This record gives sequence, C-alpha cells and structure tokens, in this order.
Amino acid sequence: MDLQTITYLFVGASFALYIGIAVWARAGSTKEFYVAGGGVHPVLNGMATGADWMSAASFISMAGMISNMGYGGGLFLMGWTGGYVLLAMLLAPYLRKFGKFTVPQFVGDRFYSKKASAVAVICLLAASVTYIIGQMTGVGVAFSRFLGVSNEMGIYIGMGIVFAYAVFGGMKGITYTQVAQYCVLILAYTIPAIFISMSLTGIPIPQLGLGGNFAGTDISLLAKLDQVITDLGFGKYTTQLPGSKLNMFIYTVTLMIGTAGLPHVIVRFFTVPTVKAARSSAGWALVFIALLYTTAPAVAAMARMNLHKTINHGVVMSVQGDGSLFIAENSIVYNERPDWMKRWEKTGLLGFEDKNGDGRIQYYNDKNKSPEFMAKVEAAGWKGSELKVNQDIMVLANPEIAQLPNWVIALVAAGGLAAALSTAAGLLLAISSAISHDLLKEIWVPSLSEKGELMAGKIAMACSIVVAGLLGLHPPGFAAGTVAIAFGLAASSIFPVLMLGIFSRTMNREGAIAGMLAGLGVTMFYVFAHKGIFFVKGTEFVNAIGGENFFFGISPNAFGAVGACVNFAAAFAVKRMFPAPPAEIVALVESVRIPRGSKEIGGAH
Amino acid sequence: MEDRSSGAYWTQVLKLLRNVLIVWFVVSYGFGIILVDLFNKVSLGGYPLGFWFAQQGSLYIFVILIFYYGNKMGKLDIKFDVEEK
Repeated sequence: MDLQTITYLFVGASFALYIGIAVWARAGSTKEFYVAGGGVHPVLNGMATGADWMSAASFISMAGMISNMGYGGGLFLMGWTGGYVLLAMLLAPYLRKFGKFTVPQFVGDRFYSKKASAVAVICLLAASVTYIIGQMTGVGVAFSRFLGVSNEMGIYIGMGIVFAYAVFGGMKGITYTQVAQYCVLILAYTIPAIFISMSLTGIPIPQLGLGGNFAGTDISLLAKLDQVITDLGFGKYTTQLPGSKLNMFIYTVTLMIGTAGLPHVIVRFFTVPTVKAARSSAGWALVFIALLYTTAPAVAAMARMNLHKTINHGVVMSVQGDGSLFIAENSIVYNERPDWMKRWEKTGLLGFEDKNGDGRIQYYNDKNKSPEFMAKVEAAGWKGSELKVNQDIMVLANPEIAQLPNWVIALVAAGGLAAALSTAAGLLLAISSAISHDLLKEIWVPSLSEKGELMAGKIAMACSIVVAGLLGLHPPGFAAGTVAIAFGLAASSIFPVLMLGIFSRTMNREGAIAGMLAGLGVTMFYVFAHKGIFFVKGTEFVNAIGGENFFFGISPNAFGAVGACVNFAAAFAVKRMFPAPPAEIVALVESVRIPRGSKEIGGAH
Repeated sequence: MEDRSSGAYWTQVLKLLRNVLIVWFVVSYGFGIILVDLFNKVSLGGYPLGFWFAQQGSLYIFVILIFYYGNKMGKLDIKFDVEEK
C-alpha cells in the first residue's frame, strides 16, 4: 500500500474511534455538556487533561522550536510542565472545593460582582481565541501535508472539522474521546522517536538516547550536533540562549503561571469527584504530559541532526572545523532529493532556491557574519542558504526524514490531528460556556432557557473558529509561539485574580477588576506593538515607542509575567481606596481553604 | 495541647507550599537557567548537566513534587480533621 492510502486509513480509523465514543457518551443536560457529571477517575481525568493540554503546539510545533532554539527551547519544556506544579498546589484543589464550574463564576462569586465576572470573561476570551489561532496554524500544517494541499486550504478544512467535532459532543463525550486521543497521540509521538533514537544512537529510549553516543563513534550525540551546526555557522545547540538569560527566565515564568491560568485546563479540575482527587489528577496529568515532554528534546535534536545529515553528506565523517561540510560534492543534488522533500514542497512550507546555480542544496546560517565563517562560505562558492524549512513541519516530517516505515508516518499524521482537535475542542467549550452561561445567562438575559443557552454556546463556538481560522492564515508566529502569547494573556489576567481570590482574604472587587484590566491591558499593548493590533499585519507600532523588545530585551511572547506583576500591583493599590469585602465573602474564602464539605458541583441551575 | 484550628491548618499548608516551591524553583530556574553554565561543566552521560536540568531533569522532579504534595496534604487533612467524608 502506498503512503497516502495508509495515512487515510490511520486517520480515518482514529476519527471513527473518537466519533464512536462521542456518540456513545453523548451529552444530555447543560451540566453534562460542560463537566461530565463530576465523576471521572483521576487517572482517566489525568489522561484527558494531558490530551487537552498537548495541543498542536506541543505535538507539532514544540520540538521544531526546540530544534531551532537548542538549549533555550527548554523554556517550553520547563514552562509548560512547571506550571502544573503551581496548578496542582495553588489552584486546583481550592477551585474544586469552591464548587462552581467556570472561571468567571468563581471570580463573580468571590468578588461579589457581575462586573468582575464580565471582565474575567473578556480575559478568558482573549487568551482562548489567541490559543486557537495557534491551533489552527498547527491544524493547517497537518492537513496540508496529509491531504497534499496548500497550507491555506489546510486551515479551511481544519476549521470545518474542528467545528463539527466540538459542536457534536459535550465535555463528557470529550473526556472519554480525549482519553482515546491521548493514547493515539502519545503512541504517534514516541514510536518514531524510539526508531530514530535506535538508528542514531543505538539506544531505544529517546530520553537516554539524547545523552548517548552518535552511532558508531565515541562522541556524544549532543557534542556531534554542536560540532556540525557550529561549523555551519549556527549557534551552539547545548548553550544557545533565546535573546538573553533574563528573557529566558521571564519567558519560563510566563508559561508557568499561564499554565495555571488557562481556563480550559482549570475546568478539568472541576470534573473530579473530590478535592483529594483534584490534587492527584494534576499529578497524573503531569505524568502523561511528561512522557511526551521528555521525549520532545530528543525528537528536536535528532530531527536537526537528521536534517543536516540528509542535506550534507559530510556530516557523518566531519570533525570540528575540518571543512568537510564545505566540500562541493557533499551537498546533495536537488534532483536527487528524497521523496519527503518533494511532498513537503507541495505545502509551501519547505522550499529550495538555487542561489549559486550549482544544482545542489546548501543549508547553513547565512546570517552569521563572522569574518572567519564568511571566508569559508566564500571559498566554497555558497551564495546564501538555499533551503527554507518552516519549523512547524519538523515533527511531522521527522519520520519521513529518518526513512521510517509508512505506517509510522501515517500514525504521526493521526497523532498530530488528534492533538490539534482535542485542544481546540476543549478551548471552544471554555469559550462557549463563558459566552452562553457566564455572560448571557448570568448577566444579560437571565430568562434564557437551557436550550437557548446551548444554542448560544454553539454559535459562539462557530464564531470563534472563523475568527481564529482567518487570523491563523497569517499567524503572529509559529504555532508554539502564538500559543505562548495566549499563555502570556492568561498569566497576566486570570492567574493573578485566582491567586488573589484564594490567598487574600481582604482583596475586594475593585482591586480585582483593576488588576485584571491593568494586567491584560499592558500585556496586550506590548504584544500588539510587536505583532500588530489584533495580530493584523502592518499595524505594528513598536518602532514608535522604543524599538523591538524595548522592555529590558524581553520578547513579546515572554511578557505575560511582567503583566502579572502589574496586575498584582494595581490590585493592591486600588484595594486600599475601597471598602473591604463583606464578612460573608471572608467566610467563603476561609471555607474554600479546607477540603471538608466539598459538594458535587452545581451552579448552573 | 497542639493547635488544631483551621488557622493552624492553613499555616501548615503554607509551610508545605513554601518548601515544595523552593525545590521547584531551584531545579528549574536555579540549575536550569541561572547556574546553567556552572552545571554544564559537569556531564551526565552525553548530557551537559545544566542542559539536562533544563530539558529533562526538572520535569522528572516536577512529577515527584506534585505527588509528594498530594500525599502530604492528605495527611494534613486527616491530622486536622478537615478531610472529605
């Protein structure tokens, strides 16, 4: 069977499985639609949270980013897992005890104010919609390759499928389908990694393989990679920094506290039976997440190695600075390029331009202007790097680059789609409940029927998919970068207000509202300055206010932590000017702190 | 007579949080970022140690931390008689 047929078969079978489960568990009442009756086992809930969490950004894009960033890519790994520790300890058990099922509801009750709840809805929408843009970028990459269409067409098809998928079942359907999706995506991620680790280092476990020796030599894989890419003018893999150490630090903080502030992840912890289970659910979620996250750096480094090995035959034998990478015959001839390159060229995400007209592909860092390196390039007759590789294709292309069997490539396609769909569905659910329940039912139209609420939720989903899809056509960055912005928005708005709600007995509504607005505002300002107003290209105004990364060299994707500080500061400053919260709110905060008396979640009716 | 009030429970909870967060900070931000160059002088198999902490080690420790915390909290709940029934 050819690759295309097998891919259809794998993707088709996995979809049939998810839809089968969704039909089997089809949601009935509104409450079931959102939280699956509160009775999901911690291990299963952990798996579902894992699937929810590991989106197209984690599955498709993250390893590509790390591949390009080297050591600095560790910020995604630490950030997106370290946040779970915060979530498990600081938020999940208390929110579960509080017994409401959306973030705006918690904010509205704790800060005795519908205005606070409405502001929380705005924060939630800002973070979720940005997040979905990132997902659509990833979905576009996956579909374009899988169907052999352009990236743009891939996004349109993805929009349709995500919509059908999210509207079809509620959370219950989603919880069990997500367990299935987790299984598909983790197999899809680890199996090729095992094959590749085996062939590059002879060690089957990728986490150990990354620390192993390059096969057939006594030099370690990482040292070999350092040598090859520094010879080609790139930064050293094991020490390369994203801008500065400060930027890396702040970026990691942002991703961590953003993790603990993302509405679709938090809502997961309302679906466990007890406070105790909320604590262990977060633990299990992290176990399942860590399985993929500790594999990712191996995938990243090995994909980079294999890519260079494919383009330049000098890679295997070369030693530091011996110039073998610059021997003309070692660069591959374009007409003899492997099939995977031809397949990816169709999507427009990989491209070759023969700048020096020798019919061979030269791939190196043409931004490196050190005179020593320039001299080597000149001597070899290279006129610029001729291969453009979109980072987001690295994971999907990885098994093809390594020439793994067709069924592995098909499995990865199925896994990538599973990752994108599961997260998009979870996010859309958070958006739809925020709009239909927290905004419409609670604030604008209290008379709304249950049916009307469900309908409003579905309309909200449809609108957000269209908006996210259209913005996804011209994304503000690679999938993982765009998702990082979403984390920044959550970090600067939702995380602080939840923390204040639980850990400060005296925080009043005015403080909370001021904090959210200030945090979200300043973060959006910084991001929009760099990426355009509402991510529309051409509206960037960063040069008018101080130039790129003007705030201590911090990149816009990393800015959320600064926004969070502004949020806290504004909240405490404004708090002083207004009366303290009423006694029953103080009692409420005290009761949230102890597990006893937790109830089945209610709140909708 | 030991204090069994909810205030005392909360103090114990905050103490546990502080301890866990210290480890959490040290392995990721400490070993993985701030002191990475120092740790990179040592190697763990083919890994420079600082690089390992940033891309592998902290993740393993995070998992252990969450379970440790869940376990300790379960015990605290029983000790102060505030567990769910």
